[in-house]
Amino acid sequence: MLAYIIRRVFQSALVLLVVGLVAFSMFSFVGDPVDNMLGQERTQADIERLRETLGLDQPFVVQYWRFLEQAAQGNFGLSYRQGRPVAEILVERLPATLELAFVSGLMALFGGIALGIFTAIRRRGVSANIIMTASLIGVSLPTFLIGILLIYLFSVELGWLPSFGRGEVTRIGNWTTGFLTTSGLKALILPAITLGLYQMTLIMRLVRTEMLEVLRMDYIRFARARGIREKSVNFRHALKNTLVPVITITGLQLGSIIAFAIITETVFQWPGVGLLFINAIQFVDIPVMAAYLMMISVMFVGINLIVDMLYFAIDPRLRADRTAGGH
Amino acid sequence: MKKTAFLAAALLAGTAIGASAETLRWARAGDSLTLDPHAQNEGPTHTLSHQMYEPLIIRDMTGAFQAALATDWAPKADNPDVWVFNLRQGVTFHDGADFTAEDVVFSINRAKSENSNMKELLNSIVEVRAVDDHTVEFVTDGPNPILPSNLTNLFMMDKGWAEANDSVDVQQVEAGEKTFASSNTNGTGPYKLVSREPDVKTVLTLNEDYWGNDAFPLDVTEIVYTPIQNAATRVAALLSGEVDFIQDVPVQDLNRVAQTDGLVVKTAPQNRVIFFGMNMGADDIENDNVEGKNPLADVRVRRAMSMAINRDAIQQVVMRGQSAPAGMIAPPFVNGWTEEMDSASKTDVDAAKALMEEAGYGDGFSIQLDCPNDRYVNDEAICQAAVGMLAQIGVTVNLDAKPKAQHFPLITNGETDFYMLGWGVPTYDSEYIFNFLVHTRGSDRGSWNGTGYSNPELDEMIVSLSSETDLDKRNATIQAIWDVVQEEQLYIPIHHQVLNWGMAEKVGTEVSPEDDPKFKFFTMN
Repeated sequence: MLAYIIRRVFQSALVLLVVGLVAFSMFSFVGDPVDNMLGQERTQADIERLRETLGLDQPFVVQYWRFLEQAAQGNFGLSYRQGRPVAEILVERLPATLELAFVSGLMALFGGIALGIFTAIRRRGVSANIIMTASLIGVSLPTFLIGILLIYLFSVELGWLPSFGRGEVTRIGNWTTGFLTTSGLKALILPAITLGLYQMTLIMRLVRTEMLEVLRMDYIRFARARGIREKSVNFRHALKNTLVPVITITGLQLGSIIAFAIITETVFQWPGVGLLFINAIQFVDIPVMAAYLMMISVMFVGINLIVDMLYFAIDPRLRADRTAGGH
Repeated sequence: MKKTAFLAAALLAGTAIGASAETLRWARAGDSLTLDPHAQNEGPTHTLSHQMYEPLIIRDMTGAFQAALATDWAPKADNPDVWVFNLRQGVTFHDGADFTAEDVVFSINRAKSENSNMKELLNSIVEVRAVDDHTVEFVTDGPNPILPSNLTNLFMMDKGWAEANDSVDVQQVEAGEKTFASSNTNGTGPYKLVSREPDVKTVLTLNEDYWGNDAFPLDVTEIVYTPIQNAATRVAALLSGEVDFIQDVPVQDLNRVAQTDGLVVKTAPQNRVIFFGMNMGADDIENDNVEGKNPLADVRVRRAMSMAINRDAIQQVVMRGQSAPAGMIAPPFVNGWTEEMDSASKTDVDAAKALMEEAGYGDGFSIQLDCPNDRYVNDEAICQAAVGMLAQIGVTVNLDAKPKAQHFPLITNGETDFYMLGWGVPTYDSEYIFNFLVHTRGSDRGSWNGTGYSNPELDEMIVSLSSETDLDKRNATIQAIWDVVQEEQLYIPIHHQVLNWGMAEKVGTEVSPEDDPKFKFFTMN
């Protein structure tokens, strides 16, 4: 067990290092930060001086090494764009993204399961078919378009919900939350729908397919034959057996909700890390880009590591391999 | 971290007090980069600073000079190397300290220091000295007739405040330092900083002790500034009434905004001209199909390419009327601009073909055009239109459109043969254009001249402008330089950009050519 975990942790660390290396080798293609940092009146001498002090004249491997050295001491440098410590900016921006991801994740999970069950049980009903057709929109329309359409309908035409930003936020320690104010909650609705719609339709279709499969099983037929109430058959016997793959998918999707909030955050001017990253790319703010990419890869690697360990705990076959010598 | 709580309280208090306070909710695409007034020479940064800090002289909303912290200024009668500025009396900083000559001396020296991004504008200043509490002398390294134009974004800080808060030096991002002045302000301006979260929200409130309380409308008593990057969202926020005033209205949404009840769009020419540059200096250029020579080195080819561009079509189709076709690379506000030169560009495909034939390129050639895709209004679409137009005279153009962060280094490093560039002229004088775009590329001048053009005689004339005090003579030289630039077809001018501001009907303002609203001039009905 311990050896397995150590090996997995080691592999994860290796993945992180490689991600960082790839990221740093790409930064030179994003553009030249010096151009943005100095005004149009700058001279060649200014450019060279700045490039040297920033270490941009060094090969990317050296830049990467410097980044690692600093990062190991918990120092992610100063944002070229804002002139503030990157760690401070990330901590400031992370709550917005996490709250948004949390709400859209919940919405996707519960909405998806409920609609999936409904469309499976009433698979020939009119409303179920309407829902199935509509779900195609969720799968096929690009996020930014959904966002713009929602803004147009609910902010411009109806005037019910705000079109941008987080509303009033309350600060609790280092955390800012929009959950405690009306404007904060209202501001959450449209971005959460935009971000969660794809995941919701995905889960819904998954639940429906699994459910249809399960409903055809013999034990369901026998349950019906025994005269067990329809409700109990559907929810106690059938649903339980459909949830295993749903939970696996949900776990994996959680990471992507956080990582791919970029587009939703840009459309709604949501002050989270995704918007920060877009700004960083446009400005070639290397310290912010590097820290963000490392943070996202730590998150993905971390989720995978936990999943692997869970499998190890759940699946006896993995352990059997290790202990095979005992037979 | 108490800031937000304080802000919330302030907002609650504000709503409770009621109607007399006029809040202006303002959105534009980008945020200010820093509150340190000398750390960045960039539009949105200066715009925010202008509400809290003041220079000696400002430009009003039409672009004309107006006295701010200086009441009058003139070169010394017996010595043209010295400018004398008389300072406004009775001005105080937000913290109550008096504004005096020593603050001017301090601020100018700070802006001239190594880390400052404003220092290039002050190159000619050798010394600044306080004569008395309200008189300052600027000593330049020779007569500098246009010194005042370089001071309109040069903000005055309080010496005592900067010293007390460890902000004497301009912030140096590369050294990893964060300074007090980059997140706090103490100016003499009409508004005071209440709270600021970079990229999210900045709140300013009226400075009750402002020296100009009776001289300006000052109807706006509170400013809430939120950057909204996505153009569609920005327009939606205006349409839904969540903001009162936006800059950067996309051309395709102008009608939508103008036709909405309670909203107006105001339009004015911007101080920015869009043009193509050509690498004529190289012996052979990289990305063409002509071996051993450079077709762009032939003035007939350059002229033919300019004649092939149909500027009216670009204006109507690409820009939906939101541009003014250009014949020279100076915006109309600039000293040296003439209507005659600006209407010089004529479209004539047949004549262009004949010129190509004459130059020996009757069968045309192919070349790569580098274009930004996130910098100017419809930049990539303009380039696409030009590709089709140049094809008519046999010039096959491969378009390579990139984000600005990748595009501009190509020009400054001389790695492009054919490129798009836009230029604004903050000093409102042709010398600025010549220094950067016409002078031979060197350490001090010509940094944006990607054409490889070098004409020592012209260089000498350009350098002479900086110290010529006889304005008539100076203007004659400017005209002579323009004649050469036009004759050589150094650049292919396309158009002057037009600025659009969208606002609620109650907001009253002119559109400033620099795209920098100064809210003390705004009225609210």
